[in-house]
Amino acid sequence: MLLIPCPVCGERPEDEFGFGGDATVQPPVTDSASGQAEVDIDGFADYLYLRENPKGRHTELWVHRYGCRRWLVVERDTVTHELYSSRLAAGEGGE
Amino acid sequence: MVDARYSIAALVRGAITGHRSWPEAWRKPAPKPRYDVVIIGGGGHGLATAYYLAKLHGVTNVAVLEKGWIGGGNTGRNTTIVRSNYFLRDNAFFYEHALKLWEGLSQDLNFNVMFSPRGNIILAHDFGQAEGMTMRYNALRLNGIDGVRLSREEVQRRAPALDFSPNARFPIFGAVDQPRSGVARHDAVAWGYARAADRLGVDIIENCEVTGFDIKDGAVTGVQTSRGDIATGKVGIAVAGHSSEVARMAGLRLPIETHLLQAMVSEPVKPFLDTVVISPSLHVYVSQTDKGEVLMGGALDGYNSYSQRGTWPTVEDVVSSAVGMIPRLKSLRLMRTWGGVMDMSMDGSPIIAKTPVERLYLNGGWCYGGFKATPGSGWVFAHTIANDAPHSLNEAFSLERFRSGRLLSERGAGNYPHYH
Ligand SMILES: Cc1cc2nc3c(=O)[nH]c(=O)nc-3n(C[C@H](O)[C@H](O)[C@H](O)COP(=O)(O)OP(=O)(O)OC[C@H]3O[C@@H](n4cnc5c(N)ncnc54)[C@H](O)[C@@H]3O)c2cc1C
Ligand SMILES: [Zn+2]
Repeated sequence: MLLIPCPVCGERPEDEFGFGGDATVQPPVTDSASGQAEVDIDGFADYLYLRENPKGRHTELWVHRYGCRRWLVVERDTVTHELYSSRLAAGEGGE
Repeated sequence: MVDARYSIAALVRGAITGHRSWPEAWRKPAPKPRYDVVIIGGGGHGLATAYYLAKLHGVTNVAVLEKGWIGGGNTGRNTTIVRSNYFLRDNAFFYEHALKLWEGLSQDLNFNVMFSPRGNIILAHDFGQAEGMTMRYNALRLNGIDGVRLSREEVQRRAPALDFSPNARFPIFGAVDQPRSGVARHDAVAWGYARAADRLGVDIIENCEVTGFDIKDGAVTGVQTSRGDIATGKVGIAVAGHSSEVARMAGLRLPIETHLLQAMVSEPVKPFLDTVVISPSLHVYVSQTDKGEVLMGGALDGYNSYSQRGTWPTVEDVVSSAVGMIPRLKSLRLMRTWGGVMDMSMDGSPIIAKTPVERLYLNGGWCYGGFKATPGSGWVFAHTIANDAPHSLNEAFSLERFRSGRLLSERGAGNYPHYH
């Protein structure tokens, strides 16, 4: 059982949380200034499907579903499950 | 040397000599400096690939490199369900090809893999679910694959231990079954392929971890291992949950996440369940092993994991779901739980394909269901490696599909690495 440190609620058991996957993937930046609907298809495919999937330290999203209901960015080891850090995600009071 | 073929005569000879004359099932060779083909991963898929390369394509200068021991990965950790009840044509034809190989596998390998076609009954708990399943099973039948719908009474005859009481938490409305599906002895599959490949000249090298690739002008020329460098013409990757880790060494990123799946068995009891029962609503699957244990599996632990051991909430979830389906299980004690690291692809279907690196081939993304694929996976992967081109059965299982949009999503839902 993971005990995930929520910056709002403190250490809480994993079954209060939902997992949101890799927090580092980003959609490709599109040039909205030009007004052109230029879509970087390959960039979008990478964003949707490709993952680093490391054996070791992983930066990931969790939502404290049965607590404060905020999204967190958590750093965890995918082998030992050691939790290194946790902070509120951008838009949840974090950045 | 004594004839290594298993037969009644060999059994009698073994009995007379106090079972001290059995030859080893496969040799323990040191790695040679060069092979025509190197297969990374000594699970069922890697071993089957080597076997079919030697048997069907005449490529016998082959090594299978396994970082641990044969059968120590997911091959020896799964709940052994073998079926081909897929909806999409590419999946249906591929898995049906595998199922046909299963049907003759013990004879082909001269090793009893104990394939037991006992069906797998998927429960529908209401009318809508039953109709959805009927639609899928009609698609099976249109593809020439067996599938039947069962009424509540028929389910009761097949599996009387299920909860048919009026106050069942999940009432049984009906079910579908694929009568030719079933279970097999997982270790025997690894051992049988290893032994059969070895007899055709394949080197099976255990305790040999691949740590890097030699790549020249965009083509693979060798692998670096914990037992030295090995030159090779072609490399096939078949490392299940470690697909991303190994592919990364060749500079590739994959549409795969590694997740943990647990399974568990109760103490052994007298036979009471002679089929596999699955409830998609409860997300649990239950069968009884030849030893009498009740074997149960459920959903993923739910977050990326390479740890090969699971957490308690999932065990509780699986067990309570199994008891919900078969109430009498509540008096049994749980004997063992274990986990395996799964290569979850982003559309729930496998990848058996060429990669952007020449003569480097990938077999992965098996999700929950790679055991049943084992013979078919090895068969098409051997073809792909030998011909440097996919077979028509695995053409759709490409890496490019994640770019072109030709995804193979049985669920028909988005990019989410949690599907079967
Ligand atoms: C709990 C559980 C239940 C399951 N139930 C079912 C089921 O009912 N039906 C079904 O069809 N499927 C099931 N599966 C899935 C199935 O077991 C897998 O999809 C399948 O076994 C994967 O292929 P494999 O056998 O080749 O993998 P593995 O046996 O895992 O083989 C991969 C091998 O690669 C080796 N390796 C990794 N990295 C390296 C390296 N760098 N160098 C050398 N070797 C390396 C590993 O040590 C391992 O032995 C289940 C899996 C689990 C964990
Ligand atoms: Zn919280």
